[in-house]
Amino acid sequence: MNGQRRRIPLWQGHWLGLVLLAATLFAVPFVAALGGQAWVRIANFAILYVFLALGLNIVVGYAGLLDLGYVAFYAVGAYAYALLASPHFGIHLPFWVILPFGAGLACFFGVVLGAPTLKLRGDYLAIVTLGFGEIIRIFMNNLNAPINITNGAQGITLIDPIRIGDFSFSQTSTIFGVTLSGPQKYYFLLVALAILVIMVNMRLQDSRIGRAWQAIREDEVAAKACGINTRNIKLLAFAMGASFGGIAGGVFAAMQGFVSPESFSLMESITILSMVVLGGMGHIPGVILGAVLLTGLPEALRYGIEPLQKAAFGRMIIDPESLRMLVFGLALVLVMRFRPAGLWPSSLRRRELSETTD
Amino acid sequence: MSAHQVLLEAHEVAKHFGGVKALHDVSLTIRRGEIYGLIGPNGAGKTTFFNCLTGLYRNESGHFVFDGVKLAADAPHKAAEIGIARTFQNIRLFGNMTAIENVMVGRHLRTRAGVFGAISRNAATRAEEAAIARRAEELLHYVGIQERAHDYARHLSYGDQRRLEIARALATEPKLLALDEPAAGMNGTETEALRLLVEGICRDGVTVLLIEHDVKLVMGLCGRVAVLDYGEKICEDVPAVVQKDPRVIEAYLGGSVA
Ligand SMILES: Nc1ncnc2c1ncn2[C@@H]1O[C@H](COP(=O)(O)OP(=O)(O)O)[C@@H](O)[C@H]1O
Ligand SMILES: [Mg+2]
Repeated sequence: MNGQRRRIPLWQGHWLGLVLLAATLFAVPFVAALGGQAWVRIANFAILYVFLALGLNIVVGYAGLLDLGYVAFYAVGAYAYALLASPHFGIHLPFWVILPFGAGLACFFGVVLGAPTLKLRGDYLAIVTLGFGEIIRIFMNNLNAPINITNGAQGITLIDPIRIGDFSFSQTSTIFGVTLSGPQKYYFLLVALAILVIMVNMRLQDSRIGRAWQAIREDEVAAKACGINTRNIKLLAFAMGASFGGIAGGVFAAMQGFVSPESFSLMESITILSMVVLGGMGHIPGVILGAVLLTGLPEALRYGIEPLQKAAFGRMIIDPESLRMLVFGLALVLVMRFRPAGLWPSSLRRRELSETTD
Repeated sequence: MSAHQVLLEAHEVAKHFGGVKALHDVSLTIRRGEIYGLIGPNGAGKTTFFNCLTGLYRNESGHFVFDGVKLAADAPHKAAEIGIARTFQNIRLFGNMTAIENVMVGRHLRTRAGVFGAISRNAATRAEEAAIARRAEELLHYVGIQERAHDYARHLSYGDQRRLEIARALATEPKLLALDEPAAGMNGTETEALRLLVEGICRDGVTVLLIEHDVKLVMGLCGRVAVLDYGEKICEDVPAVVQKDPRVIEAYLGGSVA
């Protein structure tokens, strides 16, 4: 295309592909269920991570802000749901109240953290956000005395599932003659949410705000000279990313029925960031690929490596959990070495990188 | 000179970098509708003056009054909002965006759509987007690079990049357009085309503040010229007088020999 650039909507001229994709998405929970409900749960997590990664993509991919504490907003959303819909305080609000509330609360935290820090240069911002992520986790861990708010390390149990009237997402039920298990129902809810976040990402990219983000990423001084209030526009990205984190946290709490500080470690932030970077920062299909791969791979490893080792050596030699980290690290190193723009980058990002390394 | 004729007043603006006095109490007045030249040898403080004016640097003392309003220091986006647009000596485009997208970014300031508009793509947002694109196309046409609209900014030729920067600046609807050495690196034909463009911009009602090294271009274009030397304004007058001023000749000869 000799340097010319045209924006092609994701699906234009790909009707067949879209139908196939829809059919595949529909089939997944039924195929996965053949191997047991555990596989459906894995699929659910893959989609939850797609959602999270695309939320973070707004911050990192679009606005170019390195956020290492994204999990904090996920935690805020999860605990908001857990505290407002569980026997812990005896409060049982409906999900359509708590999810927006959790998103709003996470957004508020995003603004509180972002307002003073977004003037910082990239690497400093990374350190501050990393610290914030840890602080939130430590708070969750210790806010059980003198007043027991978060129940400390034990976490909060018996969280209400998402429920619409009598229709509960945690129980098996039959709809139009199709029997759906709890996880299968959550699967369809998560797909709907993922489609929402994909749409938001796409529309933002091609908007006045999206152009401002890209301009800031390209040249902040020039962006300012064009009249862009860079601090506010960055804050907007930060707050939006945080809101999506908050929603994901709420759904996570409802789906698991249990939250504890352990789920919100620094490792989690790094995993989500890796999904964005490994797949292809700023490129929606790339980020989706990254999220699915990094959720699926360790699980496949867990289920694949055990029988393999047993068959080969008659016993377990390497514990799959440590192998998981090894493969994870190796994958990142290899991708960064051979495909620095990510596995499936946008043509734009590929160019940016290839010409700066020339 | 009556107040409404004055667009910009600089009052004893001073800026130091450590021991270097980049600007030493510089005062000048730019009138509405003129092309005002700012010349001086390398390192005289011309770019620093632009940076203070547009809020990229905070000047130690002195202030600017633009269109009757005192400018806030250190707030570049506010300078743009009040009507001061600029280009950069070392071109600063959004290299990985297309030419038209660069100009569309310039429309940011004068448009409204926020996150909710972007996500819902309601009628108002769609209309605004269409208007942004239309205006950007017009401006590319205005500076004469419409056929490069969908090329990445960094793939444009040097002269076209300078034009694109001007188009982006004009997109913010400035009252004052500040150009920092727009002819640097241009050949004779390109410089001539630039001269016509700047004249056109002025005719269309935008006041121009021009930093330029090409003395011939400045003398041909500008109604009045100020000369900076070592951060001080040593002369301000019509080109014919400036050209003959002994201090100016001294500064330029001294500058080019040293
Ligand atoms: N950011 C900066 N830091 C330190 N010194 C600077 C900076 N910007 C400009 N200067 C100094 O200020 C003086 C004026 O520079 P400048 O305004 O770029 O001159 P001109 O544009 O007239 O060539 C020079 O001595 C330059 O070295
Ligand atoms: Mg200069």
